[in-house]
Amino acid sequence: MASSAAVPTDVKRPSLLRLIRENKVAQGLTLISPANVYLVLFMVVPLILVGILSFLSRGEYGQVLFQFNLSNYTRLLDPIYGRILLYSLGVGVATTVLSLLIGYPLAYYIARAPARQRSLLLFLVLVPFWTNFIIRIYAWIMILRAGGFLDTVVQWLHISDQPLHLLYTPTAVMIGMVYEFLPFMILPLFTSLEKIENAVLEAAADLGAPPYRVFLRVTLPLSIPGMIAGTILVFIPAMGMFVIPDLMGGAKTILIGNVIRNQFLTARDWPFGAAASMILMVLTMVFTFYYARRAGLSEELVV
Amino acid sequence: MSEKKPPVWLRIYTFLVYLYIYIPIIILVIFSFNNQKLNITWKGFTTQWYAVLFHDRLVQLATRNTLIIALVSTAIATIIGTLAALAMQRYRFPGYDASEALMYIPIVIPEVVMGISLLVFFVLLNMKLGLVTITLSHIAFNIPFVALVVRARLHGYDNSIDEAAMDLGANEMTTFWRVTLPTIMPGILAGAMLALTLSLDDYVITYFTAGPGSTTLPLRVFSMVRFMVTPEVNALSTIWVLIVFVILLIGQLARNRRA
Amino acid sequence: MQSEFAVELRDVVKKFITPEGNELIAVDHVNIQIRNGEFFSMLGSSGCGKTTSLRMIAGFEWPTEGDIYIEGEPQGHRPPFLRPVNTVFQSYALFQHMTVFQNVAFGLEMEHATKSEIKSRVGRALEMVRLSSMDRRRPSQLSGGQQQRVALARALVKTPDVLLLDEPLGALDLKLRKEMQLELKALQQQVGITFIYVTHDQEEALTMSDRIAVMSYGRVLQVGPAVEIYERPTSRFVADFIGESNFFDGTVKAVNQKKAVVTIPAWKQDLQATLVADAAAGDAVVVSVRPEKIQISEQPKTNDNCLEGVVFNSTYIGSDTHLFLDVGGQQVKAWEQNRVSSLDPHLFYRKDQKLWLTFPAENVLVLPKE
Repeated sequence: MASSAAVPTDVKRPSLLRLIRENKVAQGLTLISPANVYLVLFMVVPLILVGILSFLSRGEYGQVLFQFNLSNYTRLLDPIYGRILLYSLGVGVATTVLSLLIGYPLAYYIARAPARQRSLLLFLVLVPFWTNFIIRIYAWIMILRAGGFLDTVVQWLHISDQPLHLLYTPTAVMIGMVYEFLPFMILPLFTSLEKIENAVLEAAADLGAPPYRVFLRVTLPLSIPGMIAGTILVFIPAMGMFVIPDLMGGAKTILIGNVIRNQFLTARDWPFGAAASMILMVLTMVFTFYYARRAGLSEELVV
Repeated sequence: MSEKKPPVWLRIYTFLVYLYIYIPIIILVIFSFNNQKLNITWKGFTTQWYAVLFHDRLVQLATRNTLIIALVSTAIATIIGTLAALAMQRYRFPGYDASEALMYIPIVIPEVVMGISLLVFFVLLNMKLGLVTITLSHIAFNIPFVALVVRARLHGYDNSIDEAAMDLGANEMTTFWRVTLPTIMPGILAGAMLALTLSLDDYVITYFTAGPGSTTLPLRVFSMVRFMVTPEVNALSTIWVLIVFVILLIGQLARNRRA
Repeated sequence: MQSEFAVELRDVVKKFITPEGNELIAVDHVNIQIRNGEFFSMLGSSGCGKTTSLRMIAGFEWPTEGDIYIEGEPQGHRPPFLRPVNTVFQSYALFQHMTVFQNVAFGLEMEHATKSEIKSRVGRALEMVRLSSMDRRRPSQLSGGQQQRVALARALVKTPDVLLLDEPLGALDLKLRKEMQLELKALQQQVGITFIYVTHDQEEALTMSDRIAVMSYGRVLQVGPAVEIYERPTSRFVADFIGESNFFDGTVKAVNQKKAVVTIPAWKQDLQATLVADAAAGDAVVVSVRPEKIQISEQPKTNDNCLEGVVFNSTYIGSDTHLFLDVGGQQVKAWEQNRVSSLDPHLFYRKDQKLWLTFPAENVLVLPKE
């Protein structure tokens, strides 16, 4: 037996290389730390700063005074801001519900299409989404403005001679919002509808369920993860939106996002804007955690 | 799901939704050739607005800025995000759940809040707002998206192919470069594509972190749209849509060929 | 070759910490010696430690205690790429982004072989597994059996001292699996490399192996050639795991060298038996008799170990008839080969028929009670 033959050095004496090689925890931490450091520095720290800022006050020239108080939050109790907050919530909920109602049948159709058509149909939903956000809004401005495409069509069909004056109304804002967020609803819905196996539907039919009951009792419940993911993906950005109300809502439609933007860039009352941001953030986070708790953040979130 | 023919009403409905999705884009493109500066009614065909666009110094500058920001932030976010995805998918370490929660921040927090918080942060650090601050911000929101996409693709990665490479004589480094990386490359490219698009598309966060001279295309289009609606914007939009369409089409064809 | 043994596991222990924080002993003081040029199988159900043992030989895991010796050299924590062994994985683990040629060439590139050498050696390896014409294909364009052969060529082209195979045929259908079993055995004899083969399929192990190690709960229960494992199992577990057997509780009455007399209390009768492990008079033991070793007759025979039983179930399964009998309150199974070809139902044993069973003494094994 040659067991006493030369013993490789890396067998008996743990080298540095061996320590690195065998320490899986250190390897994992090394790989994750650039992301963690970056995200803590550029996301968590800024958010904490905003939190602190919300308890400070504004000086005469818009500078920040280091006086700790709750006045920014008490100001938010003013009915004006209460109404804006409620209105924003309403717009967020309406956008979500409309996207769900419009998007569900489409997602259902795509999921049931033959495999070859499926990727093309999905691709067609995505193309406008990959073009620019501002450009999409601009397209709708062209359609809705006085004498624009919609008015032309309406006149041509002899429905009305008068311009509809749709642009710069809450309706215009809703049209723009739904258009903007529809793909975020369709994609997760499609993902969870596509997963439903045909055998499951056939089993339900085999057990005597008519098509509408198959849909209500099987398809619909199985697509709930997609609905939840879609709702999160639509509701949160809709709540914070200020660009669409800015461009399509005129001065009439003010959402919480507009309030925040104005405090930071025109009114220059940063502490108050920070407080409004905190309220918005808490609202969306409570919403997400409530939802995520119920369903778990699923893979449908990853489009 | 089944390949049974859907009911007629559903097919009509689907057609109408696609119409809703595409009519704005089609109108946009058509009116880029409109021979009327106010661009309300059709006054005949012209390509003059494309000429105007190509001589617009501000648009040129914005294009340059946008590309620099998008390319730099995509490259950095893709590297950091891919490493994070590898860590999340293959290792367990203290703080795992917290790291995962960190990745969901840009999904659960409205963009406007992220935008103002970055503004506060940069102002406090006394940093000059401009290309650097925009790029730093874009990297921040892109890392989680890259990580999520790469991680989804890593799901189902057969770790034994790495073991096979080592078994055949490759050390850890060689294994990573020759086997792991090429295998997950489609996922990394998908993540990079998403990061690139998000960066090119971003208005809100750029708006809060931009300074003089660092205007990007979305910012430029916004101010053009706000003050005067001219076919020049349509021309710019048309070119944008065209480029995106061609890139997506190539990607889709490549994916179909692979499948 | 400086050592008698290709691979040796000396007192190897492997512990894992489960996600719940409990300690799990996957391999428990295992000692195995595998000879050069041997086709050696590790057989056991999932979780028995066979795959962990193989992974420790390959270098993907390291023993918590003890060490693994390859050609007499202790391996310690040496990484896989420095070990003279190669592995065929259960999932094949082919590189999907490379062609068949590139897959097989990968290991040679790592050795810095010259281009021409790589070309000729890969060519020979692919010829050996009959895939020469497929060298430009990608793994995804191959059938399961072909992918399996690429994995084999990729490992063998390195001419390792030892080839490790982790359930390599598990994903193939039955017919292909049988073909590949014979092909693998022939290949092993052709190349003369030591094969260590991990499987949970006893038939596969019996067909191919020179020697088999039967494992359970991290321990090696018995090592030996197929015949020995089947005919002379040394424990109830092995007798039960490999093939089928009848077990009866008993007490040793007398021992004479390799022979023993065992009293079966249920029958109040003595059986002439054979010792496979140490036992002394008075020991409580288990007696094992394989169903196909039991001789059946309609009349009693004069020799020892002849008992009367009543058929309560008779199942025709083609090549055999499986009889289940009641012998003094104990259930006994006996397999009869169907040698005659007839459709006459009276030629087959019937329910409630009385029969005589003879247990040949050399097939009545005395095993320790567990």
